[in-house]
Amino acid sequence: MTCIEARGLRKAFGTVIALNGVDLCVEEGRILGLIGPNGAGKTTLLNAILGLTPYQGELKVLGRDPWTERDQLMRDVCFIADVAVLPRWIRVSQALDYVAGVHPRFDRAKAEGFLAKTTIGRDRKVRELSKGMVAQLHLALVMAIDARLLVLDEPTLGLDILYRKQFYDSLLNDYFDRSRTIVVTTHQVEELEHVLTDVVFIDRGRIVFNCSTEEFESRYLEVMVNPEHVAAAGALRPIQERQALGRSILIFDLMTLDKVDRQQLATFGDVRTPSIADLFVAVMNSQAGPAQGAAR
Amino acid sequence: MNTQSNAMNEFDSQRVAPAAVSGTRPLYWSIRRELWENRSIFVAPLAVAGVALSAITLSSIAGIWEKRLRLNPAQPHAPYEMAAGLMMLTGIVVSVFYCIDALHSERRDRSILFWKSLPVSDLTTVLAKASIPLIILPLLTFAITVAMQSLMLLLSSAVALASGSRVATLLTNISFLRMSWLLLYHILTAHALWPAPMYCWLLLVSGWPRRAAFLWAALPLVAIAGVEQIVFHTWHFAALVGGRLIGAAPMVTSTSPDMFPTDPMTHLSMGSFLSSPGLWMGLAVAALFLAAAVRLRRYQGPI
Repeated sequence: MTCIEARGLRKAFGTVIALNGVDLCVEEGRILGLIGPNGAGKTTLLNAILGLTPYQGELKVLGRDPWTERDQLMRDVCFIADVAVLPRWIRVSQALDYVAGVHPRFDRAKAEGFLAKTTIGRDRKVRELSKGMVAQLHLALVMAIDARLLVLDEPTLGLDILYRKQFYDSLLNDYFDRSRTIVVTTHQVEELEHVLTDVVFIDRGRIVFNCSTEEFESRYLEVMVNPEHVAAAGALRPIQERQALGRSILIFDLMTLDKVDRQQLATFGDVRTPSIADLFVAVMNSQAGPAQGAAR
Repeated sequence: MNTQSNAMNEFDSQRVAPAAVSGTRPLYWSIRRELWENRSIFVAPLAVAGVALSAITLSSIAGIWEKRLRLNPAQPHAPYEMAAGLMMLTGIVVSVFYCIDALHSERRDRSILFWKSLPVSDLTTVLAKASIPLIILPLLTFAITVAMQSLMLLLSSAVALASGSRVATLLTNISFLRMSWLLLYHILTAHALWPAPMYCWLLLVSGWPRRAAFLWAALPLVAIAGVEQIVFHTWHFAALVGGRLIGAAPMVTSTSPDMFPTDPMTHLSMGSFLSSPGLWMGLAVAALFLAAAVRLRRYQGPI
């Protein structure tokens, strides 16, 4: 079943175009990483999916129109923005009471179970908790909701590495079960690239790259080229070239190469799958070129 | 294909089964949320009542000292009326400050993203907020006032006993039940229904500007009043707004305006109040403001 279906999604704030015709289709059970530079339209896209902002174009989330049916949609969708959205005046027990009161799919015992593993006291106020504890509390609330789609917008922003790791670990071990869908944006791609099933790059309101991680692994190749082969490798149109520790590292898109060239790559040096972050940089640089040209 | 869709149906029905939150529960919990967040709603009236009671106690002790009941026998209800007036004034102040911040605070602290991530509609949220000045605070003001007046009556009886006056005379002079009933009537009509458009206006404006909501709320009213004064040399609009806010509702009672509304001699005129066009026009305007506030909240995110 399709979880998110967007066609020609557009959104402008005055003269600034935040979304410029986004087409996106996310099937149920995927973990999609939405990656883009600051101001690329990530948050605007998530806000449209969550019914927080009006838009032009077609958008269906779990078969509903998010803008007109936000309150019903939120029975099946959970959302963590960044760590600072829990009201500072609320007590932990009040937050549990409130969510249990308004959410038909909230399992209070489960939330209490998650909280029991932390040091968060029930009568503490959110303003008295550390940033990491607030994230734990929010995650405990969200994970106790039997939702079909979880949207995370920079959920670990400002957390230290221990909390970040724990956050994604509990999300995967205690929450994700293949029938749920997760959409996550983050700047720390390397921390969750092993859990993603799909990667989408967004730049200036457009989706510039969209592929599953299996396809990613079979399609892109990073070669640490031995010095004597640099010229030959460069002739095979790498999509990115960088220097590290005195050696050239080239990323190739195998779709653009024929069989002979592919076999040749292995002889140039050490071959491996590039990281998402490196490919992101490569894609962004190749995007930037034509756009700058157009600006002139 | 079939098995897949069957499995999907089964899956769907499993998901739908626990969805049994009745329609009023989100409203109930949204009101609880307002009371948690804005503790001044009950702290302020309680504090005022406490201070006033202490002052009255001191005065009564002085009365024992002087060996007389410090009450004017011609106006046995005067202290109770003063107490009620004080509490109603507190109610107005708390309502105004609550309303002007109602839709602003959740945007300021970004918690609107949390509230909107839960299955609670904007209508429910706005209704919960409107119920604070229109239902919760009037009832709370009534309850605290009656409790305060009961304590005052007890205190007077104690002073009367201690100073040798006759308690029975005191008690027969004061018609407590009628006073309470009149108070409830007055609060619900003149302090909830009548000023509803003012409170809903403040609520609406609280959702609009990034800062200085109070100015945005007051300036249009001042401007309209000013234009009216310059063009027509009259103060009708200012009188209208002022009257709405302080609960100066005509037609609530048929007695002279000098008389305190909870004076036992007051004649109620519920019929003429309920049939007055001013009331219904006001409520219609209030409903319009609330509808606009619901729409506004739909569009708005954190500041």
